[in-house]
Amino acid sequence: MSVATAAPPATPPARSKAARTRWSQRLSANVSSAGLNVAVLALTLAWIVPTLGLLINSFRPGGAFNTSGWWTALAPPFNFTLDSYRAVLGASDLAPSFFNSFMITIPATIIPTAVAAFAAYAFSWMRFWGRDWIFLALVGLLAVPLQVTFIPLLTLAVHMGLTSGNNFFGLNAGFLAVWIAHTGYGLPFAIYLLANFFRVLPQDLFESAEIDGAGPVTVFFRLVLPLSVPAIASLVIFQFLWVWNDLLVALIYVGGTPEVAPLTVTLTNLVGGLGQHIEYLTAAAFVSMVVPLIVFFALRRYFVRGILAGSVKG
Amino acid sequence: MDAMTPLTVTLPMLDVDWETLVSVNLPTLLFVIVGVPLALVGYIVGLDVLVRRLPKRSQPSVRPWVWVAPAIFFVGLILVYPMVGTVVRSFFDRRGDAFVGLGNFVRLLTDHGVLIVLRNNLLWLLLYPGLVLLFGLLLAVLSDRVKFEKPVKSLIFMPMAISFVAMAIIWQFVYYYKDPSEPQTGILNAVVVNIFHGLPITWIQDTRFNNFALIFIGVWGATGFAMVILSAALKGIPAELLEAARVDGANERTIFRRIILPLMMPTIVVVGTTMVIFALKAFDVVYVMTAGNYNTDILARRMYAELYSAGNYANASALAVILLLAVVPVLIFNLRQFRAVEARR
Repeated sequence: MSVATAAPPATPPARSKAARTRWSQRLSANVSSAGLNVAVLALTLAWIVPTLGLLINSFRPGGAFNTSGWWTALAPPFNFTLDSYRAVLGASDLAPSFFNSFMITIPATIIPTAVAAFAAYAFSWMRFWGRDWIFLALVGLLAVPLQVTFIPLLTLAVHMGLTSGNNFFGLNAGFLAVWIAHTGYGLPFAIYLLANFFRVLPQDLFESAEIDGAGPVTVFFRLVLPLSVPAIASLVIFQFLWVWNDLLVALIYVGGTPEVAPLTVTLTNLVGGLGQHIEYLTAAAFVSMVVPLIVFFALRRYFVRGILAGSVKG
Repeated sequence: MDAMTPLTVTLPMLDVDWETLVSVNLPTLLFVIVGVPLALVGYIVGLDVLVRRLPKRSQPSVRPWVWVAPAIFFVGLILVYPMVGTVVRSFFDRRGDAFVGLGNFVRLLTDHGVLIVLRNNLLWLLLYPGLVLLFGLLLAVLSDRVKFEKPVKSLIFMPMAISFVAMAIIWQFVYYYKDPSEPQTGILNAVVVNIFHGLPITWIQDTRFNNFALIFIGVWGATGFAMVILSAALKGIPAELLEAARVDGANERTIFRRIILPLMMPTIVVVGTTMVIFALKAFDVVYVMTAGNYNTDILARRMYAELYSAGNYANASALAVILLLAVVPVLIFNLRQFRAVEARR
């Protein structure tokens, strides 16, 4: 629309012609903006149709998904039911996996965030031998495929008894293995994100705190942490979503054992046993999406900020 | 279960002791949530007290290591040590006893199945970042000019929040195949049959289409990520610059090609390299949708199969090393970019 206003005719030869030109310019601008709106709407619609289809299917009575397309359910007579959700939450092992997902995700978010915050503080506000090289190595490790680590780590986990069968002070040791693994895998990104943020905190703040006699521990807990709440929030969201949605690490370190399997693993097993239970899969998928979607829509601002801080460097 | 309508079928109930699960694990979870932060804070505070006892001169050189030690411990244990171990392991035989040099690699790279895996990874490597950038750029530029930008971006971004497993289930229903004699229930085949009057296609099994069908699921999931970053870069371009070009008579296409695109290039490169890494590491979509069947296998899934199903550590290590080697150019590129940005600080 700015195109229409950008170049007004300098000396209009005749008033009527000038008016007509402006009118036609406005018309063409409106037409092209209508086209633009339609194009954006069409793309957005295309993007949400897959999810929408699954959502509608999850509310249809059992078997209906297999005889007619979900779009036919949008016309009367409307016939929706909560049966699939009731079945999935009541009868399957989805409820324990829901619990397991929290059991895995919460510690696997807290530990790397805390460890990364300590390290990022040192990397951005302390001088020590090899600091820049160690940080560079961490940035490099961001690209390393996790697969490279599986065999020696699995051997180690078995050797130390950290597998899903064993008990570790009453806790299933499989959880412990997954927490430690996710901590290591998440740290390079976590340190990178937080160090980028800590580094741009105003230097005067640190100097005046030091003059007041505050040690590094006080500065960290009283100044750095409160000032970095946005960065820490976005890291927490990232790590939470990444662990909650992870399938590979869970498969490797806890396998398919139902006592420790998170939602992603149980869902995958449901897909494997597809056949007659496919209608439950729709509801099961949405059950698994509830928590990340709540986190995502409630904290979207921090999430986007985290992405920008982590990717658009500097 | 009795209250349910006869239509529903009981799901196979796995033998999970739900009560002990909660009674044992919930206290542990609470203990961990409270205990772990306390332990970490205690570590920092306690060691700082010790550092203060050191002579004043040596304090600054000791203190940083207290802060970075936990991170170095975890990264060393979980990433560096196993990485070295896997590289070493890839030169040994299946039992890990005899050194076989490049034997594992030679065997794998002459295996027909592995060659298909490599071809598929190449397809992912080319199409996935390319399409993600294309759609991301298109959506960033177009949505920038409409009034309902925010809801559009939220909806397109939404798949970022859900797991690949959920994505795969969503798309399983999009690609659903029914015999031509029955009504199609998957929307893609419904379009093929009802609008183009063609025969339904088995998108997941048909080797002409299935790799593209799987890659598109990934593209669908990652486009929102690219869009958000590219859109931020787009909004960072000064409006006066574009206005000046318009006053000079440049049309929108020229402005895009000569001003917007060059200014966004650094961001496009960052998003592109991230996507290349994602493409190399892709696992979940293929694992859930086809389990690597119908010529859709990729490195990460094949490596998992060698590790778990076949128990062949030699092959699994060698495949992991191939994956690592494929990442090395991206890694070097990333480090150079990073140092260039650091130098500008």
